[in-house]
Amino acid sequence: MKTIMDLRKDLDEKKVTSDELFNEAIDKAHKYQEEFNSFVTIMDKKEENESNSLISGIPYALKDNFSTKGILTTASSNILKDYVPVYDSTAYKKLKDAGAVLVGKTVLDELAMGGTGTTGHTGIVRNPWDKNREIGGSSAGSAASVALGIVPFSIGSDTGDSIRKPAAFGGVVGFKPTYGRISRYGLFAFASSLDHVGCFARCVRDAAIVTDILKGQDERDMTSLPDEDIKYTDVIDNDIKGKKLFYIKEITDKTLYKDAGEETLEILDKFKETVEECKKLGFIVEEVSFDEKLLKAIYPSYMTISSSEATSNNSNLTGIPFGPRGEGGSINEIMFDARTKGFSELIKRRFILGSYILQRENQERLFKNAGRLRHLIVDKMNELYKTYDAMILPASGGVAPKFDNEIDRMSDRYLILENHMAIGNFGGFPSITIPNGFVNGMPIGINITGRVFEDALTLNIANKIEEALGYKGLIKEEYDV
Amino acid sequence: MYKVTIGLEVHCEVKTNSKNFSSARNTYSEYPNENIDTTDLGLPGILPVANKEAFKKSLKMALALNCKTPDVVMFDRKNYYYPDLPKGYQITQETKPVGVNGYVMINVNGEDKKILINNIHLEEDTASLDHFGTYSLIDYNRAGVPLLETVTEPCMHSVEEALTFLETLKGIFLYTDVSEARTDRGQMRCDVNISLMEEDAKELGTKVEMKNINSFNNVKLAIEYEIKRQTEILKSGGKVLQETRRFDDEDLKTYPMRSKVDAVDYKYYIEPNIPPIKITDEWIEEIKSEIPMLQFERVEKYMKDYGLSRYDSDIIVKDKNVSDYFEETISLGVNPKSSANFITSIILGYLNKHELSITDFYLTPQMLCDLIKMVDSGKISSKQSKEVFFKCLEENKEPGVVVKELGITQVTDDKTIRDIVVKLLDERPDLIEDHRKGKNTFDYFVGQVMKETRGKANPGITANIIREEMEKR
Repeated sequence: MKTIMDLRKDLDEKKVTSDELFNEAIDKAHKYQEEFNSFVTIMDKKEENESNSLISGIPYALKDNFSTKGILTTASSNILKDYVPVYDSTAYKKLKDAGAVLVGKTVLDELAMGGTGTTGHTGIVRNPWDKNREIGGSSAGSAASVALGIVPFSIGSDTGDSIRKPAAFGGVVGFKPTYGRISRYGLFAFASSLDHVGCFARCVRDAAIVTDILKGQDERDMTSLPDEDIKYTDVIDNDIKGKKLFYIKEITDKTLYKDAGEETLEILDKFKETVEECKKLGFIVEEVSFDEKLLKAIYPSYMTISSSEATSNNSNLTGIPFGPRGEGGSINEIMFDARTKGFSELIKRRFILGSYILQRENQERLFKNAGRLRHLIVDKMNELYKTYDAMILPASGGVAPKFDNEIDRMSDRYLILENHMAIGNFGGFPSITIPNGFVNGMPIGINITGRVFEDALTLNIANKIEEALGYKGLIKEEYDV
Repeated sequence: MYKVTIGLEVHCEVKTNSKNFSSARNTYSEYPNENIDTTDLGLPGILPVANKEAFKKSLKMALALNCKTPDVVMFDRKNYYYPDLPKGYQITQETKPVGVNGYVMINVNGEDKKILINNIHLEEDTASLDHFGTYSLIDYNRAGVPLLETVTEPCMHSVEEALTFLETLKGIFLYTDVSEARTDRGQMRCDVNISLMEEDAKELGTKVEMKNINSFNNVKLAIEYEIKRQTEILKSGGKVLQETRRFDDEDLKTYPMRSKVDAVDYKYYIEPNIPPIKITDEWIEEIKSEIPMLQFERVEKYMKDYGLSRYDSDIIVKDKNVSDYFEETISLGVNPKSSANFITSIILGYLNKHELSITDFYLTPQMLCDLIKMVDSGKISSKQSKEVFFKCLEENKEPGVVVKELGITQVTDDKTIRDIVVKLLDERPDLIEDHRKGKNTFDYFVGQVMKETRGKANPGITANIIREEMEKR
């Protein structure tokens, strides 16, 4: 499958026009829509904004929780099913200004809450490698659209691992840079202190190209970072000899998984093979020990913080200034009715949880303690980053799950192995998932999480490992597993 | 009689170019939904951007109220559902207000009193709702306007104290240029907490809160009504309920809104979209240097240094511009009492009548200085100075020019006056005789001199000459 650089070359050499690329993408989008359901909206008209950027004329897909002026934006929720924004998110605007061509708005787990890709109001998203499996979420359609070869890259958001997990399940690259590197303005907020904008691509270089376009300080986002005087694409080929990586014993040691199935053990084996591969490349890779109690606290802390912030962030969805108006005799009844009809059961459950956690009598014990755990985990990571340049871990304890698994309940069996990527959100660390081969015919991924602000080095490390592994531009119709 | 205890929470809109967290204009508008943007409507994906001008002005107010300021500016969310709150939460300050533990000096009936400030915090105003028979309309112009809330300790014990505090606070807002504090535009609103207890009781009585009272007069009426209502309850052996009440400005009574059990849990937590902004010492010094001397200190100075009455001083400091004008005339060398008299007896009346601000006033401090000096030196009489004053304003001419044009310079020439006096005394020897017998005929001669000179004779010089000439005879 062609990368952004391949397409750029074709366009520059006039072997193809951007109209042809757009039409081809639209055709594929329609072709796969019924089967895989990547999109909420497929564009019927090409946006004409040319520039001299690397992505000018190249098609992409955008998660349906980015505000796009004049284009339906639903966040895959009934409460926004007819919502047409009046303003552009910064990410979308930057892509438009760079001349990238929007193919469609992709399905997500409702309001970006969830990791299965099954809770959007327009139906479930299926895994391109096996229709009976999830692609994961919440950036489900964005992952699927790249994995299906519809677009070379897509934009997602990542609050727990919403880009990096589906990237692993779809056999593509998923990157979220440092918190604040890309403006969140116009991204429908889930949990503001954890929300990141990021991208899916077919290779690390493409992820770097897209991030180069998206990054930068935004006066509309006070948490956005000052501009860097660096282009990631310029540094991803740097020599990495002597760079130090670590992996966590409490997550990767096979002896801890006595009851685990073959699949998990195979994933762990594959991971260790990759570690050896890294050593051959010149990395120093070491095993470190991480307090298991802290690791076990990742998931509950994440749920506690994210549900609380989500409750508050989504309080604007009342059907009063916008959205479907509820019915009732009083203003409270009207809002109550709109929210009752507008949200699915799972969302309501999270809101009730969040509301309970934020109650005065529970805040100290739940909300603030979760925040303290978050700090302890980040402190420990920062301590490790004094010695190491990045952490490397398996992205998941299994391949993409089948649909019969219970929804919105992450596996208790591999609690830590399944949920450690939220560390990247806790600390705002740059974090990337790249393909690490196949288990049982399904793609698996490894995750590399770097020091805060060191997006360049993180991409550099990932690029070198990707080169060595050779899993690049995977899509099912071209790849014989 | 019971002892009354009052605490106030005063909301005041901060004067800024744009809103607290959006770039929409912060200006009063007659047209609904004119000054709004995506942030003010709480549309999905919006982010707040803190207005530096707003929190600098808030810090200024905090310092003017002698508050301790925090190390950083930071905000919290106050979560609740109401149609006038588009985001479903209000951005406010709970963890670190811009000021805590301050005080304001007030003077009630000649007695100084310290009013304690618990805290002052910056938040955003809500939209305004207009209720009609079967429907309500929302105007988002006000949504997101920076709002400073000043919370006092329960330390006031009478209506007078509460109102004097409010007037003083309003004055400080105007003096510091933090707010226009116009109650007629809803820029200043007030919650009143009030409780009654036995004179010798050790603990405060049960608190009743009255929300959102929109004028000082209504604050007065609401407090008076509550004192009466609670007194009656206590006298008849009843118990005052802890509740929030609403003041109805039509029948001037208060009505229950919600009881303590219905109190809302606002689930405050730190606003994640605004990183803490460090407040530097340089910043504080810069802001401090921008705070002018306030009314309380000015009154003390006017009384002590200039010998003015409290009454006149109070009138002058009421408007900072008037007070500044007054001080400028003094710096130009005018006698403070003369200047104060002219301002309180003539200028303020004129400004009031013509609905003018002293800043739009033709007569500059220098011109007033010239005018008063002409009176003090006897060049014109004080009566003439009024005539000159009005002529100056009518024709936009300086006092010196007007005096010359009107030819109303006083006759101070000794010989001219003496000739007239001699002539008059010669004509009425009978009156000189009467004068010697103790009858007052002196004023008659003064009047005649004025008549002959068409009022231009200097009264002091005239009196002296008459006295001298009479004695000669």
